[in-house]
Amino acid sequence: MIQVKNISKMYDSKKVVDNVSLEIPEGKITSFIGPNGAGKSTVLSIMTRLMKRDSGEILIDGKEITTWDQKALAKKIGILKQSNNINMRLTIRELVSFGRFPHCGGNLSAEDEKQVDEAIGYMQLTDLQDCYLDELSGGQRQRAYIAMVIAQDSEYILLDEPLNNLDMKHSAEIMKILRKLVDELGKTVIIVIHDINFASCYSDYIVALKDGKIAKEGPTQEIIQKEILEEIYEMLFNVQEINGQNICIYF
Amino acid sequence: MKVKAQDKKILVVLIIASITLIALYLLTELNPNAYGYALSRRIPRVYAIILTGAAVGFSSLVFQTITNNHILTPSILGLDSLYMLLNTTVVFLFSSTHKLIVNANTNFLLTTGVMLGTSVIFYKLVFSKKNNNIFFLLLIGVIIGTLFESLTTFMQVLMDPNEFLTIQDKSQASFNNINIKVLTFATIAIVGSFIYSARFMKVLDVMGLGRDQAINLGVDYDKIVKRMLVVIVILTATSTALVGPITFLGLLVVNIARYMMHSYKHSTLSFTILLISIVALVGGQYVAEHLLKFGVSVSIIINFIGGIYFIYLLMKGRTQ
Repeated sequence: MIQVKNISKMYDSKKVVDNVSLEIPEGKITSFIGPNGAGKSTVLSIMTRLMKRDSGEILIDGKEITTWDQKALAKKIGILKQSNNINMRLTIRELVSFGRFPHCGGNLSAEDEKQVDEAIGYMQLTDLQDCYLDELSGGQRQRAYIAMVIAQDSEYILLDEPLNNLDMKHSAEIMKILRKLVDELGKTVIIVIHDINFASCYSDYIVALKDGKIAKEGPTQEIIQKEILEEIYEMLFNVQEINGQNICIYF
Repeated sequence: MKVKAQDKKILVVLIIASITLIALYLLTELNPNAYGYALSRRIPRVYAIILTGAAVGFSSLVFQTITNNHILTPSILGLDSLYMLLNTTVVFLFSSTHKLIVNANTNFLLTTGVMLGTSVIFYKLVFSKKNNNIFFLLLIGVIIGTLFESLTTFMQVLMDPNEFLTIQDKSQASFNNINIKVLTFATIAIVGSFIYSARFMKVLDVMGLGRDQAINLGVDYDKIVKRMLVVIVILTATSTALVGPITFLGLLVVNIARYMMHSYKHSTLSFTILLISIVALVGGQYVAEHLLKFGVSVSIIINFIGGIYFIYLLMKGRTQ
């Protein structure tokens, strides 16, 4: 269970995260939405110890995150940030194998290799697995990174804008894979996402942030509503139900 | 150590090249009547070359990993500037024949001692205040290094020209006057650092993915960066005190190793770097000693050839 209690973060005198508290629902896809600069990525980074907070608590299974053993924590939560500049010459398979590091410390067993195979297969990269990362398109690279987080096999998977660089086909595929991780493997997935319609169609729970505060949170159906979105984004929305999904038209 | 097939071939070639060059260097122009003397001079040199080559190469590799930057070397920490400042100060205040300069042992102990001491002080100052930013340390290193260089130049221009020659001699890496006792100290420091670092090889591989990924994968990033910095400082200080400023070699061998090998693994790369250092330094020393009869120092030869190689890499990279 991930509980966030009253976290705040300042950059100089600017509050980027202002007293945020939330509890992530288990076994669901939770989407963080909100305008640029709302503090979504910062909250995600603080929740996963990548960034220090000025105040507040992060409890993972009731235990403060800073007191966790690093290896054990890496098996519990996996995080993928939006910018990944890797300076090394790696093949997809080598990158995905790194995901097993918390489990095997770099010496991959047959079981670890199997997990790597599965993660690569999940992301449909089997044919490309021996290609070097610098030879790939942006979308293929993004999928390779996601495969690495999947190979990490953590209970919680946090992704910061996983649909970056992806076309509609691959975006939809990735969201379906995330659904599969939740529905079939019982993982909890937390994503930061900009495309409101992807959030609406694939997530169970939505947390909307604005100016470093939680503006609204609740099940997807309750949040994807004209009035709420107009208030968060300060623009006009037209929300229509198509095939049982709330679709936003805001162009 | 799992090594890819194509990398194995490169390693075999490098091993053969290293052994051939070492044999060539040791056995050239060996007088049957006095081979004992010649070897007693050459063997410590070869040993010092292997030791410093390994120290400089490995410290550069680790430094590039923890800074996530492939064009930095530990020289940015300002240790070689400090080394020059120390030697210049001694010559300036006393003379070039003072025992702190002439006696290799005392000179080694003085320079390593001060380099390590100064590093500890800066390290404490930078990391004490909740600040974990390594780039802040590098910035301070650059500024302090420049200050040291200016002070050195200031003293050098006031100096007697004959005294200045001694200092100029110190400013270039040289394996010509290796003292056995000093070599023992250096061996303990350098081999000790390697043994300590050996268990961090896999962790360093993960750290190559960058800070966020490394933390995600359960690496205690900030702690290990600090530990590795200590290793780098020990290696750089020891090798500089042993043969003079030689950090330029690091940039060269590490990049050549990365270019040749299809591996990201620190264990494989370290071994490759060691071999390339041996080829470069023993080859350079051979040219300097046997072909040019000590007319040119080994660092000039390596900079010359290394520079050409880099230009070649740049040209090749542009046409791709």
